[in-house]
Amino acid sequence: MMPIDVRDLRKHYGEVKAVDGISFTVKEGEVFGLLGPNGAGKTTTIEVLEGLRKKDGGEAYVLGLDPWDDGYDLHNRIGVIPQEFNFFEKITPQEAIIYYASLFGVKVDADEILKAVLLEDSGKTLFENLSGGQKQKTGLALSLVNSPDLLFLDEPTTGLDPNARRAIWDVIKGLKAQGKTIILTTHYLDEAQQLSDRVAIMNHGHIVALGTVEDIIGQHGSGERLEIQGSEKLADFIRTSTGLEVESNGDVISILLTHKNDALAALEAAERSNMEWGDIRTRRDSLDDVFVKLVRGEVDESGEVIGGDRNG
Amino acid sequence: MAEPRSRGNRISGRRTLADFKVYSRGYVRNRVGLFFGLIFPVILILIFGAIFSGTSSGTVTVYVQNQDIGPFLSPEMNIASQFVDALNRSGTVTVVMVPTSEDMTRYLANHSSSDGVIIPAGFSADYLAAQPINVTVYGNPSSSTSSIVSGTVSGVANYLNLQRFGGSSVIGIEQATVNAQQTKYIDFLIPGLIGFSILVSPMFSLVNISSEYKKTKLFKQLSLTPLNKMEWLTSKVMWYIVLSTVSFILMVIVGVALFGAHITLTPWIIPFLVLGPTLFAAMGMLVGTVSKNPETAGVVGNIVTFPMMFLAGTFFPISIMPDWLQSIAHVLPLYYVIEGLNNVMVYDNVPGALLDMAVVAVLTLIFFVAAVRLFKWRED
Repeated sequence: MMPIDVRDLRKHYGEVKAVDGISFTVKEGEVFGLLGPNGAGKTTTIEVLEGLRKKDGGEAYVLGLDPWDDGYDLHNRIGVIPQEFNFFEKITPQEAIIYYASLFGVKVDADEILKAVLLEDSGKTLFENLSGGQKQKTGLALSLVNSPDLLFLDEPTTGLDPNARRAIWDVIKGLKAQGKTIILTTHYLDEAQQLSDRVAIMNHGHIVALGTVEDIIGQHGSGERLEIQGSEKLADFIRTSTGLEVESNGDVISILLTHKNDALAALEAAERSNMEWGDIRTRRDSLDDVFVKLVRGEVDESGEVIGGDRNG
Repeated sequence: MAEPRSRGNRISGRRTLADFKVYSRGYVRNRVGLFFGLIFPVILILIFGAIFSGTSSGTVTVYVQNQDIGPFLSPEMNIASQFVDALNRSGTVTVVMVPTSEDMTRYLANHSSSDGVIIPAGFSADYLAAQPINVTVYGNPSSSTSSIVSGTVSGVANYLNLQRFGGSSVIGIEQATVNAQQTKYIDFLIPGLIGFSILVSPMFSLVNISSEYKKTKLFKQLSLTPLNKMEWLTSKVMWYIVLSTVSFILMVIVGVALFGAHITLTPWIIPFLVLGPTLFAAMGMLVGTVSKNPETAGVVGNIVTFPMMFLAGTFFPISIMPDWLQSIAHVLPLYYVIEGLNNVMVYDNVPGALLDMAVVAVLTLIFFVAAVRLFKWRED
């Protein structure tokens, strides 16, 4: 049994199809990243799986349970940090852990959990006085109280500074090392790349790419390219003399390499041209390039698509 | 869509107590809440008690000028002074003597009073000689204190008249005390303000947190734990019962120690201290639940709360209000809490209080069930 098994899942808000027929599975011990801009349907998907929202169609099983109907039992077995984790202002992380332990009816060592999320120095600070990163770590700590094997982390580092983000990453890597299955949503590509074994890229309620980062780049990327600094005239010369696919972008010539020999041919042509040419390098599409292509735009710090055609 | 059965119905004492502990600790750490919950009602008692402590309905001050200065052969022949003593003993007026050198009209004006009595010179001698003689009573026909004064004076005069002719009273008046007659404003004020604090803290807090937790997704967070909404609401209710009880004790201490309030402490008070906060916590939660956002909830909460705050007998007994306002008061839930408290604390009227208690219990049940039914941890 897969910890998470989703088939043709659908969720509508009135006319808006927030999740429009997605399917994926998450394997035991895997870190699965749901990647996408705001409004892609990541949080709706994860909230359906957590049993916080009712699905409108398709099937979803979490640890073999229906998340909505068996939510009460499910919640004993999973750990969750909702987006923008928030808690009572006048409680310390340590007290919050003890509170959760009594709610779940389990015995825990609060200090040990605080240590696991790198929060041991702020265990006695009121929640309202914690920094964004410390609040998020409190959420992580609470999600661990019932020792779940499956964790849902909804945008765990959104709005945090780079140091705080890296600290959270360390905690998540530690949890992964303990063998926990983790499903994570994020709009930070580096976060997905750093932490996930596999990612699903979501856009407009659909999964537009699914697999390891390597797979996705291989599948949706444009392959290896040779870039040469040089004029448009040189680009034309290389194209006509080699028959390769050549693009010119200002003073950078980009040549698609289908075979290793293509690079040699292109450089030879450049040499033959007697024209000026400068630095050379090869590059592969990064996850960023693929992402921009798939969601038709870039995503800014807060997860909004910029410079793209959102409704395309 | 109804939520799964397993979620709503079982109540665990352990979880309820854990939530109670966290909530009460948070409440105590929040000074603003503590101020409004405990200190503010006491301040109200101090303010209203001080404002009205002068006009306790038992005593009307009457200024008496005794111009009959004798000479008297024996003290028994000083009828004028017996007259003054009789006035003093009546219990309805407090006599303040005015020097014979003062002009009565001007003196009364200077003391912002309209109630005065002049006993003329030669009063005692004329009385003993059975010569008709008048005492002059100053008064303002439109003032209720003046009728008390003239009534008292004529009572004393009749008594002396009877004595002079050796008559004896056929109809006597036995001194019986009806509690209501003796009550002072402060006695009404204490149950009223206890009602005020039973209303305000649970109501405003629950309106606020039930809408705020929805917005900040705290309910969602809690729904991911085994805590259910019944346990959550129960722990809030428990806290407001504790708070109302502490507030009750503070107000009684202040009322009795500072203003000499006459109140009866009986176990019959307890049902109101338990049911009242439950009722208003449930009402507050209902308002917070049906409102789209905290702003709307605040407005709706005020619309529901303010009429009760002023019209349900909190600051003034509703008997002084016009009939149409009294009819409005009768549909306010707080009215029955305060009337019940008055019945047990002031009038010793237990049967009356039982009726109030029944009304409050039914309302509590209705609002509690409605609040728990409509309130959702999760969204569909």
